[in-house]
Amino acid sequence: MTNVEVVITGIGATTPLGGDVQSTWDGLLEGRSGVSKIRGDWPEKFDLPVRIAAQLAVDPTEVLPRVQARRMDRCEQIAVIAARQAWADAGFDMPTDEAQPVDPDRLGVAIGTGIGGPVTLLDQDDLLETQGLRKVSPLTVPMLMPNGPAAMVSLELRARAGVHSPASACASGAEGIAQGWRMIQYGEADVVVVGGAEACIHPITVAGFAQSRTLSTRNNDPEAASRPFDTARDGFVLGEGAGVLVIERADHAAARGARVYGKVAGIGITSDAYHITGNHPEGIGQIGAIQKALRSAGLTAADVQHVNAHATSTVVGDVGEAAAVRKALGEDVVLTAPKASLGHLVGGAGAVESIMTVLSIYHGLVPHTRNLEELDPKVQLDVVTGEPRKMEITAAINDSFGFGGHNVALAFTGP
Amino acid sequence: MANEEILKGLAEIVEEVAGVAADEVTADKSFVDDLDIDSLSMVEIAVQAEDRFGVKIPDDELANLKTVGDAVDYVAKSMNK
Repeated sequence: MTNVEVVITGIGATTPLGGDVQSTWDGLLEGRSGVSKIRGDWPEKFDLPVRIAAQLAVDPTEVLPRVQARRMDRCEQIAVIAARQAWADAGFDMPTDEAQPVDPDRLGVAIGTGIGGPVTLLDQDDLLETQGLRKVSPLTVPMLMPNGPAAMVSLELRARAGVHSPASACASGAEGIAQGWRMIQYGEADVVVVGGAEACIHPITVAGFAQSRTLSTRNNDPEAASRPFDTARDGFVLGEGAGVLVIERADHAAARGARVYGKVAGIGITSDAYHITGNHPEGIGQIGAIQKALRSAGLTAADVQHVNAHATSTVVGDVGEAAAVRKALGEDVVLTAPKASLGHLVGGAGAVESIMTVLSIYHGLVPHTRNLEELDPKVQLDVVTGEPRKMEITAAINDSFGFGGHNVALAFTGP
Repeated sequence: MANEEILKGLAEIVEEVAGVAADEVTADKSFVDDLDIDSLSMVEIAVQAEDRFGVKIPDDELANLKTVGDAVDYVAKSMNK
């Protein structure tokens, strides 16, 4: 392997557990839940079978200046908020005409999303139907487009080395990190702002997921609804949130004396080509993604102590992933499933959970999996329950899988 | 309606849409060069001005409204028609 070393120097997030990385991490360590009854009366109005979601702890319109907020879809708002946090965390000032902390031609963005701004699309369609053309916002298209979150961040941070917006459903945020890593490997950028964002909790998305029978209907006990690897799991909980990391060529970071959280050691991407929503029954694509990530990182299965699982709390998905992990990494790895607390942030999931993975390595601490009371006997792996576990981790894998057969595994190592 | 009233109403719309403080929206200012308002925001400002003042601002007229004063004069003239 002749990889360029890529380090993580900044992290930012806004999630159902908190408005930043610290509150999200603390929420996981405390075993809190971000799941609650859906705000709004529409689940009742449409008699939806699902009435719970993992909604943002801090409304983005309370964080952004009013005019900036009104020009962006909620998905763009949270991407920008998380990117600003990550940027500041990396030790950079906001760029001005006079001073740019990173050469704009060497600064890239890769921020994925599952769907972008469907709520804007639907709201503007309502305006067209009820009040006519004049009331349709001229910002409709830039607000709804799925490359909007990445593009808005590029404007904010003056990134000119290229903007990418992978759309691979629930793997989009992880693929954002992978694409940014590739940009640095290809010599296209020294610093890339990477991650993912999603904000699509709306009657039609909940109805659509509910019709595909993938959501939990544990409406009477929202905080117990997301229970990856537990025998009583009955589906995932739709969430919203964004995670953004600043990744950087190691020598670039060293030259400016940056604090390093860890390394993006390698990436693995595969596709199932099997079914549009279901995973391959033998987990071929998932196993392949983990193996590719190991190869690309120059690691072997024995080097990995920890897996931050994709585990969404669906009946089939969780045991499928467990089998793939056993096959690719053996039975000694220690797992956690953060969606138990966070819900499923769709395009934001892989990014937020990668940040949590990096913090586990950095702090030597794996958060426990909330709601895991009775481990499904088919899992046959050590999943942390009850309280966080202290352990030294030199290498960890973050899994992300998406509708469409997308499999992304990321290998992280310590600083 | 007096021109001062139109200016006051227009300034409120500009503040709402583009975030420029209303007291900075004076007759001599250019929307693009002085107030940094882009073409997308101009469309929103025009639609809100049409509603507020009960006038029509077709696109080819909108393109000629370079300064805040141009817009005030156009609205005043249209309202008197």
